[in-house]
Amino acid sequence: MTKAIKWSYLLNLVGVAAVFAILSALFAFNGFGDSTTYVEGVCTTACYTIIMVASLNLVVGFMGEFSLGHAGFVSVGAYVSAITSSALAGKGLSDLALLLVAVLAGGIAAGIAGVLVGIPALRLRGDYLAIVTMAFAEIIRVVFCNLEITGGGRTMSGILRLSSFGRTFWIMVVCVTVMFLFVRSRFGRTVQAIREDYIAAEAAGINVTFYKVLTFAVSSFFAGIGGGVYAHYMTAMIPTNFDFNYSAELLSEVIIGGTGSLTGSIIGAAFLSALPELMRQFSKYRMLAYSVVLVLVMLFRPGGIFGRWEFSLTRLLHKLTRRKENAATADPTDGPAAPLAQKGE
Amino acid sequence: MLEVKDLKVNYGAVQALDGISLTVKDGEIVSLIGANGAGKTTTLRTITGLEKASAGSIIFDGHDLRTTEPCKIVNLKLAHVPEGRHIFPEMTVEENLEMGAYADPSDTAGTMAKIYERFPRLRERRRQLAGTLSGGEQQMLAVGRALMSRPKMILMDEPSMGLSPLLVQEIFDIIQEVNRQGITILLVEQNAQMALSISHRAYVLETGHITIEGDAKALLKDERVKKAYLGQ
Ligand SMILES: Nc1ncnc2c1ncn2[C@@H]1O[C@H](COP(=O)(O)OP(=O)(O)OP(=O)(O)O)[C@@H](O)[C@H]1O
Ligand SMILES: [Mg+2]
Repeated sequence: MTKAIKWSYLLNLVGVAAVFAILSALFAFNGFGDSTTYVEGVCTTACYTIIMVASLNLVVGFMGEFSLGHAGFVSVGAYVSAITSSALAGKGLSDLALLLVAVLAGGIAAGIAGVLVGIPALRLRGDYLAIVTMAFAEIIRVVFCNLEITGGGRTMSGILRLSSFGRTFWIMVVCVTVMFLFVRSRFGRTVQAIREDYIAAEAAGINVTFYKVLTFAVSSFFAGIGGGVYAHYMTAMIPTNFDFNYSAELLSEVIIGGTGSLTGSIIGAAFLSALPELMRQFSKYRMLAYSVVLVLVMLFRPGGIFGRWEFSLTRLLHKLTRRKENAATADPTDGPAAPLAQKGE
Repeated sequence: MLEVKDLKVNYGAVQALDGISLTVKDGEIVSLIGANGAGKTTTLRTITGLEKASAGSIIFDGHDLRTTEPCKIVNLKLAHVPEGRHIFPEMTVEENLEMGAYADPSDTAGTMAKIYERFPRLRERRRQLAGTLSGGEQQMLAVGRALMSRPKMILMDEPSMGLSPLLVQEIFDIIQEVNRQGITILLVEQNAQMALSISHRAYVLETGHITIEGDAKALLKDERVKKAYLGQ
């Protein structure tokens, strides 16, 4: 790791910590008056939604495959983690440790489901994944509706409330960071190559199926983590929560934010999970609002609001400070080549 | 170096290759010519494991390629420049070349420097997105990327496709130069005239069968080849 990269990680961490400090302070000192608890809930929802949307973006944006059943993996994570935490409750684990173990178990279960779904669907070229994932989500919903341990079609309630705002926020930060590193790694570059030209990737000696299945498993793993956090925030859930509408909602958030941009997923998920809450009286029109936004985005920004662009605090600061220094003398070498040079790292 | 024997490939009911045999010796340029749909691309794709053969054998450098995983074949130092201009459009020229060294990234920088020497045009454009290169430049990039794996042998599928006569000449010059530096080449071409004039030996493929084979210079004078492939 070069010094510059270390520095930029540190800087981003400081930025994230600052956001967290401001929000926590607002919640602690009743910054939103009567609705403080409510706003805190909305922010928590936004955080776990970000994990789900960003993980779906790994498949849709970075791998260029379509998944219509992301909610299926979310539900695997949600149920497995809920079962894990109730099994381990009272065994002397702290709340935080219990949450982490449960969420991790949910993620791993969802990741395994991802491998099982991915192997048959991704070996073939074409839009098989969309169909297979949709079928998987339906099947898993029916399974959860019929298993005793998941409530047998009724609400599974009494899940421990372990997902506070703070924990959800930091789990989200860790998940997004890992996904970001994944995308920027040699591994991520390989997946990008497969998306851009399958035949050239094959010719370069890339094991296309392996990388696709692994990416899909990583995506499913994080979907499961998101589901685990969700379960321990909601404390009650029913399999129909994770129906096709939920998958479609997550997918539209990916598309609106920008396929291939984790920044887009973060903003898209945060904004779209806050929006309907903020206009609760119109909640009936939630899906309608989604559709309108989706159509508008498709018309005016087909790549999503952020396209493939990623926000970088380092770059922003760099630009701001340089603008002051070099207000008079524009640097000719810093033409369109500069962003490309940075693209790799 | 490469020995293909009685190779059969079928796509469902379509018999694309019906028992072809060919050999390429160390240091040679061998071309494979034939009409559209004769099975040239299929031959190359089967050699590098991207299509499955139903019968026959493929031995490269003592390795049985039919039992080698496709992604391991590059490690045996056999590279493939696929038909059509397959580059990574949203990566820069340099990143494309880096992907070429995917199988063996040791000494990427050194190999890249050599390739830039051979293709100064790629060096000038190294930060440009590959999708914005001209067709000829993309083809050079595809060849450059294959060279990044430091191969002993390259399979090239119609490198001159869709290029202007001047660029065709340039590509063929590059092929000869690459060959002079010790890389064996199996070349698939529609441009039979050019291909035969730079090759040592050649095979003519017709609907899944090898019908003519021999010294490339002799084939240039062969009446059947002249009539069918040289338009004379
Ligand atoms: N994936 C496939 N599925 C079914 N049939 C195929 C497939 N690929 C090739 N074929 C058939 O196999 C035969 C040989 O095709 P191939 O691409 O090898 O020809 P070619 O000699 O490379 O032709 P061209 O000069 O046009 O590139 C053709 O009849 C083609 O239609
Ligand atoms: Mg062909």
